[in-house]
Amino acid sequence: MSVNGKPKLAMYWAAACGGCEISVLNIGEHILTVDEVFDLAFFPCIADFKTVDVRGYPDGYIDVCLFNGAIRNSENEEMARLLRKKSKILVAYGSCAYEGCIPALANLTSKEATLETVFLNNPTIDNPDRVLPQPAYSVPEGELEIPEFYHTVKALDQVVDVDYYIPGCPPEPHQVWAVLQVVVAALLDGAPLPPKGSIVGAGDVAVCEECPLEKREKTITRFYRPYEITPQPGLCLLEQGLVCLGPATRSGCGALCPQVGMGCRGCYGPLPGVEDQGAKMLSAIASVIDAGEAGMEEAELDRVIEEAVATIPDPAGTFYRFSMAHSILRRANDSQSDKV
Amino acid sequence: MNHKPMEEARIGVYVCHCGTNIAKTVDVAEVARWVGEQENVVVARDYKFMCSSLGQDLIESDIKERGLTRIVVAACSPHMHEKTFRGACQRAGLNPYMFEMANIREHDSWATDDRAAATQKAKALVEGAVRRVAHHTPLEPLPVEINPNTLVVGGGIAGITTALELANAGYHVYLVEREPSIGGHMAQLDKTFPTLDCSACILTPKMVEVGQHPNITLLSYSEVEKVEGYIGNFTITVRKKARYINEELCTGCGICEEKCPKRVVDHVFEAGLGYRKVVYRPFPQAVPKYPVIDRENCTYFLRGKCRACQIFCPTKAIDFEQEDEIITFQVGNIVLATGYDLFDARRIPQYGYGRLANVFTSMEFERMVNAAGPTGGKIVLRDGVTEPKSVAIIHCVGSRDKNYHEYCSKVCCMYSLKFAHLVHERLPDAEVYNFYIDIRAPGKGYEEFYHRLLHEGTHFIRGRVAEVTDAARQPGEEGKLIVQVEDTLIGKQRRIPVDMVILSAGLEARHDSREVSQLFKMGCDFDGFFVERHPKLDPVATMTEGIFIAGCAQGPKDIPDTVAQGAAAAARVAGLIHLGTVMMEPVRAYIHEELCSGCRICNTLCPYNAIVFHEDRQVSEVITALCQGCGTCVAACPSGVISGAHFTNEQIMSQIEGVLWDVRRNGNGKQPTVNIQQSTANVQQPTVNEP
Ligand SMILES: Cc1cc2nc3c(=O)[nH]c(=O)nc-3n(C[C@H](O)[C@H](O)[C@H](O)COP(=O)(O)OP(=O)(O)OC[C@H]3O[C@@H](n4cnc5c(N)ncnc54)[C@H](O)[C@@H]3O)c2cc1C
Ligand code: SF4
Ligand code: SF4
Repeated sequence: MSVNGKPKLAMYWAAACGGCEISVLNIGEHILTVDEVFDLAFFPCIADFKTVDVRGYPDGYIDVCLFNGAIRNSENEEMARLLRKKSKILVAYGSCAYEGCIPALANLTSKEATLETVFLNNPTIDNPDRVLPQPAYSVPEGELEIPEFYHTVKALDQVVDVDYYIPGCPPEPHQVWAVLQVVVAALLDGAPLPPKGSIVGAGDVAVCEECPLEKREKTITRFYRPYEITPQPGLCLLEQGLVCLGPATRSGCGALCPQVGMGCRGCYGPLPGVEDQGAKMLSAIASVIDAGEAGMEEAELDRVIEEAVATIPDPAGTFYRFSMAHSILRRANDSQSDKV
Repeated sequence: MNHKPMEEARIGVYVCHCGTNIAKTVDVAEVARWVGEQENVVVARDYKFMCSSLGQDLIESDIKERGLTRIVVAACSPHMHEKTFRGACQRAGLNPYMFEMANIREHDSWATDDRAAATQKAKALVEGAVRRVAHHTPLEPLPVEINPNTLVVGGGIAGITTALELANAGYHVYLVEREPSIGGHMAQLDKTFPTLDCSACILTPKMVEVGQHPNITLLSYSEVEKVEGYIGNFTITVRKKARYINEELCTGCGICEEKCPKRVVDHVFEAGLGYRKVVYRPFPQAVPKYPVIDRENCTYFLRGKCRACQIFCPTKAIDFEQEDEIITFQVGNIVLATGYDLFDARRIPQYGYGRLANVFTSMEFERMVNAAGPTGGKIVLRDGVTEPKSVAIIHCVGSRDKNYHEYCSKVCCMYSLKFAHLVHERLPDAEVYNFYIDIRAPGKGYEEFYHRLLHEGTHFIRGRVAEVTDAARQPGEEGKLIVQVEDTLIGKQRRIPVDMVILSAGLEARHDSREVSQLFKMGCDFDGFFVERHPKLDPVATMTEGIFIAGCAQGPKDIPDTVAQGAAAAARVAGLIHLGTVMMEPVRAYIHEELCSGCRICNTLCPYNAIVFHEDRQVSEVITALCQGCGTCVAACPSGVISGAHFTNEQIMSQIEGVLWDVRRNGNGKQPTVNIQQSTANVQQPTVNEP
């Protein structure tokens, strides 16, 4: 702890959207308590710190670092390693840092294809000279460098050692505040911290547990995209054909999405003991698809199943929306699959 | 996920040579040496025969002296010896489920000659078992009560034998037969080789016994529609098809059959050679005695008039309004004795069946020589009057032939010899030619029967017949059927003109055997025959507990073998009934209720209806007694809160990781990196310079 005796707090964004920062600020008036208790050591979103400041800190200077965002390029990785070294407690904050989230969906394609889409092929792009970002570029003044764009997006713990995980895209404010309280109690009063590697700020049952909608036996003949139907109120969305990852997702959010008619996207990640959230949900969905009648011809069965499955337009993006980086799938197999 | 076992595991690994079965291909000493270096492995040995009592002693003494807590044996299939080694563990005081077997014989040494590759694979399989066994937990087998009733499906001689054996032992049997009468193929035969006793004379007393037995419920003209449950507790649903005859009133007098004005070709019992009425019994000694109205051909059903049978029936037993009946009952065991189909000789066009009138199938010939058959036992050509002066009998039709069935149908040589004898007996002046590839006559009195035929003057010509034709090429061939063959004994092409040709068609699996095997959830082989648990040592059991097979449903065989299997199946069932309870593998699913969110995904999935949902607590539960451990729900639960005992996620994932030990760089599961041996030139490692 520093001269004024206050513990040091840092928050950093790697490959992220900025929502995680907002979620911390979203804890409302509690932010005043945070300000009271902590000294900010690094928080680029809200305060003017530079990387050099951090480099100047002694190792372990920061008490708690909330690291959000996935590791997408060499700068992200450099910052992850730096903050790991300077922090006593490194928290993977939010889905990107915890399990790759949306950025890691790029693992379904290649680095080249991603760059091409972004810089050449999008309809809104005007790039007649087909200029792509170069890691190094010479100008009269000297050599310019930008971070290296990686082939595979990783979660934070695939690069550095992580102490705790807070799931969510973004984490819910009440959960954030609950975690901060535990941390404060530990730092100020010496209360015990959860065991290293714990997932904090979330439950350990499925979202369905928190979801008030009525659940019945399920046989699903086809799926709908959210705009296609108005769900019947009060009834489990999944059995109405709206893909809902609630049963495959850790609780903690309060089942906010299903309660407003939007199927759970799965942002709190897999349940304890589940290796692969996407595979688990796929296998659940496959189990409840109405696969025709006993005695039906093989070809007819194939057709029925195929038609039902075809109503889910983007299965990988649907079931692995948040969990790609850690999934057994890990990434699409291409010639460069052993690249970093 | 980090698959670390809960406590410190002390594992003993035993690599078996199986004589030379494994050691010839796998470097067993190297596997043992290598595995000895792996995590948690305290003892690793290789030994000539692990299943011998010395091999088992090795395990027992190591458990006691070295304090082993888990055992892996790398040897043959668990189907062979899992029980043996679990027994060894138990004797040494270790829970038998703390054992895992790696199959390095069927899955490895028998599959290749490549020693290096086989050794590498053996290491992978053993490492998988080692990592898996570290997560095993002690389990206790579950007792299951056996319902003493038995279902027998198929009323041929196999099913009849099983039913009578059990019924006479005092146990109740439900015998379900698809046709209007029991008897099966044996009822169609005339004489039976090699003793030539009359088939009906030895069969019908047994049929009558079945019909009258107080312990047998005979459900003829019926089919099993649904099978639920498991050994000891099957629930069977049977559809009893409408006969349009009130069985309570029918006396079996046969007047309806006599009065019915319409007759149709009988493709089933008479094999197409004769006719039957539309209201009929397949044959006079049919059991049960009640006739059946063939709805498809009945004038009343087609045009709403006729009713001749109804008018004449003295007991008013005809009931055109009758409907199919659905019957359900409980049994503890099931015996499948559904028999065989005759190979369809039309599939070999060059033999002319269906095109050349005087080419007959073997079953047609059986009916022809039968005194109760369409010709009254006279051997005549298709015109019904002309006696043939020469008869050719062609063996192996559809059998021992890559284009049809590669297997030998086992009975055709013998029944072809029987046919030759019957022709000699009925038409002493006729010439008889048997065209054979090899004569297969293993069996009591069979070879002697062959010799008898040699003396009766049958011409035996060795060679596969190329063609049967009516196109005469030489004098003496006009108006005849010419059998073209290469006589392999003299190395010459021959053309033999004859009046009649009999095709000794082979035995094949029932056309619907695959559906039947699915209905009963047991296996059938590539040819469609039901698969026995072990081809030598367990020929009537199947891989599904409580389901047994007998007779030709298991493979082609003659009546003596069929009867032996029928009785064997009965003995197996009687043994289980006598025991009263069996111990079942405790491989069961379990829902961690405190973690179940009540999403109800699993609720409709269990094939055994073992899952119930508690509305009050909003959680699902697996009823252990009903669960069969199929694992369906375990895979489906999206929350991962159903675990399958002995097949937990941890056990399976760590086994997979073990099997893939050589393609993984680290074991923490987070970075499954394929260790491809290639230049790292194009791998761009991020270079991060820490300040
Ligand atoms: C031409 C010929 C001559 C032969 N001659 C001799 C001989 O002389 N001596 C000898 O030892 N062997 C002989 N055999 C072999 C003999 O026919 C068989 O060994 C014997 O009939 C096999 O009896 P099975 O009960 O296994 O089958 P099957 O006789 O086929 O009986 C099976 C029964 O099951 C019923 N069934 C089938 N499927 C179902 C279902 N799904 N539900 C309900 N019921 C069903 C059928 O209707 C049938 O009644 C001969 C075979 C042929 C083809
Ligand atoms: S699928 Fe799993 S979470 Fe859902 S009701 Fe069944 S056991 Fe409970
Ligand atoms: S494992 Fe699950 S689905 Fe299978 S029998 Fe048991 S309860 Fe039913």
